[in-house]
Amino acid sequence: MNNTTKAQVVLRLQGITKRFGPVTANEGVSFDLHRGEVIALLGENGAGKTTLMNILFGQYTADEGTVELFGQTLPPGAPRAALDAGVGMVHQHFTLADNLTVWENIVLGVDPLTAPRLKPAQAKARIRALSDQFHLKVDANAKVGRLTVGERQRVEILKALYRDAKILILDEPTAVLTPQEAEALFATLREAIATGLSVIFISHKLHEVMAISHRVVVLRHGKLAAERATNQTNREDLAALMVGSEVSAPSIETGAPGASLLSLRRVTTPDQGAAPGLKSLNLELAAGQIIGLAGVSGNGQAALSDLLSGLITPTSGEMEMNGTAVQRWTPRTAIAKGIARIPEDRHKTGTIADFDLTENAILETYASRFSRRGWMNWAQARAFTKDLIKTYDVRCPGPDIRIRLLSGGNMQKLILGRVLEEAPQIILANQPVRGLDIGAVNYVHGALAKARDRGAAVLLISEDLDEIMQLSDVIHVISEGRLSPGFGRGTMRAEDLGAWMAGHGFDAESPNAT
Amino acid sequence: MDLFDILLSASFWAAAIRIASPLIFATIGELICERAGVLNLGIEGIMVAGAFAGWIAVWAGLPLWGGVAVAMLTGMMLGLVHSIFSVPFGLSQHVVGIGLTLLATSLTFYTYRVVLPEVSSPPKITAFQPYEIPLLSDLPLVGPALFSQTPLTYAAFVLAALTALVLYRTPLGLAVRAAGENPSAVAAQGLSVTAIRMGAVTVGSGFMAVGGAFLTLSAFDSFFFDMVNGRGWICIALVVFGAWKPGKAVLGAILFAAFDALQIRLQQTGIGAVIPYQVFLMMPYFLSILALVVMSRRAEIPNALMVPFNKGER
Repeated sequence: MNNTTKAQVVLRLQGITKRFGPVTANEGVSFDLHRGEVIALLGENGAGKTTLMNILFGQYTADEGTVELFGQTLPPGAPRAALDAGVGMVHQHFTLADNLTVWENIVLGVDPLTAPRLKPAQAKARIRALSDQFHLKVDANAKVGRLTVGERQRVEILKALYRDAKILILDEPTAVLTPQEAEALFATLREAIATGLSVIFISHKLHEVMAISHRVVVLRHGKLAAERATNQTNREDLAALMVGSEVSAPSIETGAPGASLLSLRRVTTPDQGAAPGLKSLNLELAAGQIIGLAGVSGNGQAALSDLLSGLITPTSGEMEMNGTAVQRWTPRTAIAKGIARIPEDRHKTGTIADFDLTENAILETYASRFSRRGWMNWAQARAFTKDLIKTYDVRCPGPDIRIRLLSGGNMQKLILGRVLEEAPQIILANQPVRGLDIGAVNYVHGALAKARDRGAAVLLISEDLDEIMQLSDVIHVISEGRLSPGFGRGTMRAEDLGAWMAGHGFDAESPNAT
Repeated sequence: MDLFDILLSASFWAAAIRIASPLIFATIGELICERAGVLNLGIEGIMVAGAFAGWIAVWAGLPLWGGVAVAMLTGMMLGLVHSIFSVPFGLSQHVVGIGLTLLATSLTFYTYRVVLPEVSSPPKITAFQPYEIPLLSDLPLVGPALFSQTPLTYAAFVLAALTALVLYRTPLGLAVRAAGENPSAVAAQGLSVTAIRMGAVTVGSGFMAVGGAFLTLSAFDSFFFDMVNGRGWICIALVVFGAWKPGKAVLGAILFAAFDALQIRLQQTGIGAVIPYQVFLMMPYFLSILALVVMSRRAEIPNALMVPFNKGER
């Protein structure tokens, strides 16, 4: 867009500084947003993107600096004022009430609480008009809890548009979408900016930033590191600006498949509530391979990882480990057979926040390795933890501090060390880099590749297609509990995988063959 | 008397509706709290305090409706105390609620002794008298059962209907329900979750106290220490039974009351002579548990019930 310089300034951030105790989250950040413009706000985790947006939205009060909306200075710390001035925010974690309908969620808070009554018919008509105009298809009478993630996001956007938002802030909007859904979202955004809406698009996915934005604002350590017109920059340039030095992702070569360590044949597991079980699934985990599992979350990934962890057993089908059929299948046998897990949620199931590093490091092996006749051997456990800290580069003051004080990346390194030290045959890595910064991501990926080269089979479950495509020797797509055939490295484009993720290509007659 | 005779008699249904009335008040009050996301276990103590406050106010010379208002205000004050600890401070709702029940009950007994130091049996007041609604009360069966009750019973049904209207048809009701489902959704719209929840708990507690006052101002004409007798806990169950919906909750209250009315009558029949009376006393509770198990299995519990909301956290 060449005329952005002439367009009206709708938002002006000036010298925004925000401190939390000794930590400076934002320091002297200034930029302008024009009418009909898309600014991509780019930065690593912890770079201060979300803090900045929360200040703009009035949830935090800036220590220094001002926010101007349409020439008016925004009173600090008043979300209502930002809303009324026309700022709509689509949070990364949706703020929707599941048991309420779509239209109820959208009109919440629009009328004053003293208004005598809701006007459902009027509201629904308006929602229909908006969803037609911006191609945001959604059933206004449906309960939000029944919607897919993509549909929920549409509800969030409709919520902002319903309030006549002039500025739309999207916080990592594509993190939960299939490539097709993301493309549809971009189409909607293009429609919206044509009508004069301005957008701030928070992301760390460089190709999306390049595709949708007019300008890119890069934050690093809370400071504005750079501001670039999108058509005058490229992905490498932006990546370097984001981390402050040239990024070197580990180059991961294809592994040579070895013997089959685990094979599933026509395995079916029961549905668990809304989450589908596995439907006659065939899967082969061979030594020396990274097997990537792509798919939108909630499509059977949980069932598969529960199955491999021994938490559930198949209702039908066969399971073989190292060529012999599996008889009794419990978490204990799974661990004994050398299946190690990097859990999906390191805070909830991976660690115990108020335990120290030592206690967390031996969570899975304390009984077998670190105790004798029922008594713990703490000296040995501490020594083991010290080794882990050194080998896996866990940056921390020592083994005796509580793990909640560690950053996500260092926490994950400790979990990684805990898992890899056991030299497992099969590694179940569930979203191993979610929420980590690039440095930690590269470290984890390198470690997984190393484990593979040693002869382990790694099952990588991720919603991030880039990660799957970069790492995997074989890629399967899971959709509604069904598994696609295995695709070799480099044989599929993201769009092709996206079609499978959306459920196309599965043929009931011929279950997948590996 | 045989079971069918009992079920077809107007006096049986009149008793059921009368027994149901205090339960309706308190259940609706609890439902409002829980819809906003706060479990109010102070209900039992608030009902005791309401029963006493309404009665003592009338004894001291206020008109009957003045007594209802005093009970309501007493309940609202206790509700405010609950909400201060449970909402902005975000303390455990179980602990706050049980603590409030103990506090309100003890305070009531204390006040009773301070006001009436040398009384062996509590004084009586003139309670609400039945008011026969013209025309409607002449209908067969439903007339005497439904339309020959005291004004406070009619108020209970009006309150339930109004609560349903507010919850489902007004922006305020939507905000209350959303606060119990996902408070961040409410906060993201620039509304105050704290104010909404505190308001709901305060108002809901007021209705609980009126439920207690029904006992002293309408069902009986005096105050006894153990007169609430676990009705508050029944109301907690009735909210679940009613799947957090006012209409179903009223039905549940009437069902429980019908069981209660039935057991009194069954005690006087032939089987009453054979089976110990304690079995009959147990019956409404036993049948309630049974109904609860059947009815509540598919209920949609407010997602944020018992989850304190702290601004700025995810």
